[in-house]
Amino acid sequence: MAMRAKDLQGNITRRSFLATSAGAGLVMGLGVVLPGCSRDEAVEEMAVDGASLKFSPSVWFEVDGNGKVLVNIAKAEMGQHVGTALARVVADELGANWDDVRIDHVDSDPKWGYMVTGGSWSVFTTFTMLSQAGAAGRTILRDAGAALLGANAEDATVENGIVSANGESVSFADIVRKGDISRTFTDEELGAMPVKPASERTMIGKPTRALDIEAKVGGGAVYGLDVELDGMVYAHPLIPPTRYGSTIRSIDDTAAKDIRGYIQTLVLEDPSEVLQGWAVVIAENYPAAMRAAAAVVVDWEAGPTADVSEADLIAEGNRLVNDKASGVLAVDDGDVAAARADASSMHSAKYTTSTALHFTLEPANALVEFRDGKCHIHSGNQWQSLILPTLATALQMEETDIVIHQYYLGGGFGRRLWGDPMIPAALAAKQLGKPVKIVFQRADDSRFDCCRSASVARLDASFDADGNVTGIEHAMASGWPTLAMAPGFMPDAVDGNGKFDPFATNGSDHWYTLANHRVRSINNDLAQRTFLPGWLRAVGPGWITWGLESFIDELALISGKDPIEFRLSMLDAAGKNAGSAPNAVGGATRLAAAIEDVRDRSGWGQVLPENEGMGFAASYGQERNMPTWIGCVAHVAVDPESNKVTVKKIWQSIDCGTVVHPEGAMAQAEGATLWGVSLALHEGANFANGEVAERNLDAYTPLRMADVPELDLRFMESTEHPTGLGEPPLIAVQPAIGNAIFAATGKRVRDLPIKL
Amino acid sequence: MIEFEVNGQAVTSESEDDTPLLWVIRDELKLKGTKFGCGIAMCGACTVHIDGVPTRSCITNVSAVAGKTITTIEGLDSAEGNALKQAWVEKQVPQCGYCQSGQIMQAAGLLANTPSPTDQQITDAMNGNLCRCMSYTRIHEAIKTAAGGEEA
Repeated sequence: MAMRAKDLQGNITRRSFLATSAGAGLVMGLGVVLPGCSRDEAVEEMAVDGASLKFSPSVWFEVDGNGKVLVNIAKAEMGQHVGTALARVVADELGANWDDVRIDHVDSDPKWGYMVTGGSWSVFTTFTMLSQAGAAGRTILRDAGAALLGANAEDATVENGIVSANGESVSFADIVRKGDISRTFTDEELGAMPVKPASERTMIGKPTRALDIEAKVGGGAVYGLDVELDGMVYAHPLIPPTRYGSTIRSIDDTAAKDIRGYIQTLVLEDPSEVLQGWAVVIAENYPAAMRAAAAVVVDWEAGPTADVSEADLIAEGNRLVNDKASGVLAVDDGDVAAARADASSMHSAKYTTSTALHFTLEPANALVEFRDGKCHIHSGNQWQSLILPTLATALQMEETDIVIHQYYLGGGFGRRLWGDPMIPAALAAKQLGKPVKIVFQRADDSRFDCCRSASVARLDASFDADGNVTGIEHAMASGWPTLAMAPGFMPDAVDGNGKFDPFATNGSDHWYTLANHRVRSINNDLAQRTFLPGWLRAVGPGWITWGLESFIDELALISGKDPIEFRLSMLDAAGKNAGSAPNAVGGATRLAAAIEDVRDRSGWGQVLPENEGMGFAASYGQERNMPTWIGCVAHVAVDPESNKVTVKKIWQSIDCGTVVHPEGAMAQAEGATLWGVSLALHEGANFANGEVAERNLDAYTPLRMADVPELDLRFMESTEHPTGLGEPPLIAVQPAIGNAIFAATGKRVRDLPIKL
Repeated sequence: MIEFEVNGQAVTSESEDDTPLLWVIRDELKLKGTKFGCGIAMCGACTVHIDGVPTRSCITNVSAVAGKTITTIEGLDSAEGNALKQAWVEKQVPQCGYCQSGQIMQAAGLLANTPSPTDQQITDAMNGNLCRCMSYTRIHEAIKTAAGGEEA
């Protein structure tokens, strides 16, 4: 299956490292000099402006005359402390003093390059560049420092922001103040830049406090919702009854006119067609906007999907997985048809997942101002480069005249990959000629969510006469987020019959060796027409692995084998599962090692009290080319009277290669593990009349403290290239719980959320 | 005009009586640490103290706080409040951080009345506060630490 992260990163072309004295500091960047421009031109511009539009940096940092290091972060901070992790990689290689390092989350100016935060890619895709950039910066400061000390560069060492040679030393501050140290490195020179061996690292893998913690404790952290501008008015959405195709027949705001602070109701015409049948209430303050929104009566002609229910979506999914002509092939190893024809027996099962919501605690919001010919958007966002072209269409403006200013995100989880809440605020601000702040109330946030599609998967396994599995055919149908929002990122199917959504397929192309293996990925067109399918934390593997790893358990049972031993027997690292450098060194053997580790730590196989059971599941993370190797054991108790499932404990052994920021990594693993519990047992929505029915916490019920199990999570020791982390520990939890329920009760559960 | 006290300062609001206190705090008084989450008192992100009692400001009418004393995260300066904030930093509790003002205000109310809570008392007191990042284990640990007890 095609790897997307590399494409998204957009810098597989030749890179340069540029450094120049600018103002009172030294600015440095690693990136791509744009076609038709030269490094020298870019450096000249940098010396004047501190940046250059001829240069698209992936890494950008500065050392000022006081020796303070500023690392600019083009990634969204939404709880993963990403800025700390990325800055630690730079600072370690640079030889900086960590106390001198600070970070800034930058806006969407084109000079920052392609901007996306998702897929658990941030450290994975930038680690090498950050390391090389830091090493290049260290080389420059070392050489300049050695010159000031009258020493040979080779004799100088760099540590804690100080260059030392022959018993003398000079600080980064002095070096930066004392000379013009402009320098550039070519791609070849960067590639040859010596980065520290793991044994000499001073920050990567070492404990530290994330730089955003204190602001988030005292109430001082600024989220998109907190931003205000002089003269702004508030907008409250009036959301149509269907995502697509609704039109407004009439609006009656008579009752709103008595509300103090109500200004008017605007119908929005959106050339990008993201908003269809939309209006917004405008008011002087938000409470007035809420009151007026409740008082305004809109008569809509609903779109064609106004009657669609969750049952309809699942029924369509069932129809599609049973129709062998549907979908396209993402994997087609061996000959599953022959394996089926030769089979002594077959086993088939269907697995479903319900609609799931992002439910970011900070509701959707955006503040938009037109000023000096530019559109300034203030809103926390994960994928600025995706929404900018759509905003340009909606506003009939040049993309380069739109700037998205970044803030802390009150939860992302994939919701803020799509910046559609910016559009109504921008259209209203354009119409009114004043800044507009839109705030969604919770129910509207849920209605307008790009929810995780309901899904149906069908798995068919063939056995030979000895009871060995000879092949698996895996078909799955869901709404496709990438088709809806970023179709250019869809790879070609292996059967040449079109394209497929990797984010609705990843998870099926596992590392078990199977002679015959086919994956049929199917778009559920009814889902696609009814709502906007979204990317939810852990994305494809977040629901696909539920079916796969539960089914593998079923096969182990049929084979009469222990579920863990059964899996290990298929993890022989043969053929395509051998893995390759740099991302998947060791291949399936590393998954086997994580599985053995969690097996041994959890006391797998022990005798448990009646109505309790342990279940196992494995995961390889988000993508085959970015494998995060995970073994998971869940221990559950099921009350025989009420059927209430209590998750007592979860163990996970996680191999994500090098762990850059251990506390942040563990926090992500804890949160993702509990997301797995929540999606397994507590979260599920239903479409009714074309919309999500569960819109607030009275009906949509994520995990709370009372249901938190004991956690025993461990990172495998590794110095391999870091892979994804923020999402993968979610994945195996759900099937591990399902398999544990089977162990406790003998009941096989096949639908998420689990209801006994 | 409604008069009350916020973080030791006398304040007034001319909003309608049924205006949620949350929006008065955020948009009139410009104290943005108190957050809007669900609007129906079920997430706890909007928790403030009214006369010392943790209260959901999203469903509290501003008229109901006339003459009362309100504390928000920005003004939380009690011994237990400071211990909690310190423990929150030490344990690196926040992920996205959006719910944490409400979590801390809720926990401060607990410790004011129950200086050494049991694990069950902590869970009972905190169960109404949603953390969408699910930093629950660290919230629990930090409250134990702030209370001077053993870590969970």
